[in-house]
Amino acid sequence: MTTLPIKGGNAPSPLVGEGLGEGCFCINTLMTDLKQPIVEIRNLTKSYRRGIQVIPVLENINFDIPEGEFLALMGPSGSGKSTLLNLIAGIDKTDTGTVMVGGLDITSMTETELARWRATNVGFIFQFYNLIPVLTAFENVELPLLLTWLSRKERREHVEMALQMVGLSDRMDHYPSQLSGGQQQRVAIARAIVTDPTLLVADEPTGDLDRISAEEILELMARLNREFGKTIIMVTHDPHAAERAHIIRKLEKGILNAHSQTHL
Amino acid sequence: MHILKLIFRNALRHKLRTSLTILGITIAILAFGILRTLVSAWYSGVEASSSARLISRNSISLVFSLPLSYKEKIRQIPGVKGVSYAIWFNGAYISEKNFIPNFAVEPKTFLELYPEYVLPEDQKTAFIRDRKSAIAGRKVAERFQWKVGDIITLKGTIFPGTWDFVLRGIYYGAEKSADKTQLFFHWNYLNERLKKTTPRRADQTGVYIIAIDDPDQAAEISEAVDRTFKNSLAETLTETEKAFQMSFVTMTEAIVTVIQLVSFMVIIIIMAVVANTMAMTARERIGEYAIMKTLGFGGWHIAILIFGESLVITMTGCVLGITLTFPGAEYFGNTMGNFFPVFDVSAMTLLLDVAASFFVGLIAAAFPTWHAVNIRIAEGLRKIG
Repeated sequence: MTTLPIKGGNAPSPLVGEGLGEGCFCINTLMTDLKQPIVEIRNLTKSYRRGIQVIPVLENINFDIPEGEFLALMGPSGSGKSTLLNLIAGIDKTDTGTVMVGGLDITSMTETELARWRATNVGFIFQFYNLIPVLTAFENVELPLLLTWLSRKERREHVEMALQMVGLSDRMDHYPSQLSGGQQQRVAIARAIVTDPTLLVADEPTGDLDRISAEEILELMARLNREFGKTIIMVTHDPHAAERAHIIRKLEKGILNAHSQTHL
Repeated sequence: MHILKLIFRNALRHKLRTSLTILGITIAILAFGILRTLVSAWYSGVEASSSARLISRNSISLVFSLPLSYKEKIRQIPGVKGVSYAIWFNGAYISEKNFIPNFAVEPKTFLELYPEYVLPEDQKTAFIRDRKSAIAGRKVAERFQWKVGDIITLKGTIFPGTWDFVLRGIYYGAEKSADKTQLFFHWNYLNERLKKTTPRRADQTGVYIIAIDDPDQAAEISEAVDRTFKNSLAETLTETEKAFQMSFVTMTEAIVTVIQLVSFMVIIIIMAVVANTMAMTARERIGEYAIMKTLGFGGWHIAILIFGESLVITMTGCVLGITLTFPGAEYFGNTMGNFFPVFDVSAMTLLLDVAASFFVGLIAAAFPTWHAVNIRIAEGLRKIG
């Protein structure tokens, strides 16, 4: 297992590694039995208000995500997948319940604490890449590092390494508009991993890509999980993309399916 | 890569929009600067007046004169250092369109009391010695291309007839605020002709200019002067030179108020334009701000980006506007030189330009910043795609 340069890699997972990505078994089990959970969700509920109307989105969610896992969250539109992802990543607030990530209760953190926590612990990959159009690939990847105490030279080293990992060393000075969708998503992945976060969250990362680019992105994510031990939570509609994950959890009308589908 | 770089790149993202906004600010600052300079020019006489000089005039009206015999009586009042006198002549040069402020003065004492009008010593001596001579300010001499030794003919309006003068000197100002558009000639020359043509108007003057030892005693000395001539045929009204000058400005104060109002309206209008630009900008980038917040950037980072961009736009417009204000004011000053002898852009006007631009930049960015900082990340992310 390789490690990223900033914080060092995660402990090797017994379920991830070379040769473990083949075969599909549907089992009714919780992965916590086998590995230490990095995410622990207890009695989580979330609703939105539309005028005076309260719309429940998530109801009494309880589940754990083991460290080093690659989990896919699936479900129809409006089922609450993205909301659950946002709550795990600390960019939204729960109504009730707790979300523990890496042993920290993020639901009790203030906005400032959450921002600091996100900067060092979570990498984000979005459907529409969400790069800053006026910054080059290098500058986009460097963006999260501006919040660290790294020197300019150290930042450069980290950015170059991250871009090298996603295969875009030769496109550092290109602006997003000069890159294809797949390349932009790879820059976004480089930005997500440049701070060496524990957790990578991806919201429909292949939703805006053609089949070949999507395949490349999924392979890259699988590699990050396999070789660098990153815990990945991916929201997707695409069953083909979900096949890359080790565990698939399904949400329907805000309720998490008790059955998890596991690919081994 | 630094936040500053991002601010500048953001400002240039919509080049046409930014350019038009900067153009609007430039024009607004130019208009504001010219209007403020106009107001300053209106008050230039007041500003240039000395606190050590009093003006004594007929208490009924400035139109009525005072006897020359008052001079010695005023001279004897305690606290009075010197006395001179002058009368408004209002002669027209070639035609009445060529307005030149012109006065008949007692040359020696007048130049002693007005050290701000500076003449080379030989020109000064020549002026005092020659009773048919006159001196003119540098601006008016340049305007009509007069040279020392030229004969200048004025057509009398208050004092009818043709009046010829030999230009013996061209004065310049000891200070920038000194009025360099006037013409002065000998009161004696005027008086001699009046004695022949209209004797009842002879031996009279328009105002007495009184130099005092202590400006703090101005009120007491003014009172003493007026008391001296109480119950005479020509009672006096004595006041400081500043108050005397101010009485002319007061007559046109409504115009000054309107100009001031318009200058501030210009700023309010441009504030609305910049606020609209910043609101559009922030609304378009709400998703990007959400991304930055997701990556761990705080509200104050977002605030710096929006305020920074707004200030880059307004301060660029400010610099361009100020740069154009100088030639603009010069052109305006040359065109309106007859009415505004001093038309210089003051340091205060520049300061107001900068303050107004800064204020507009801050106010325009305030609401978009508040919105961008307070929007929930999840809500901001939903605006993308």
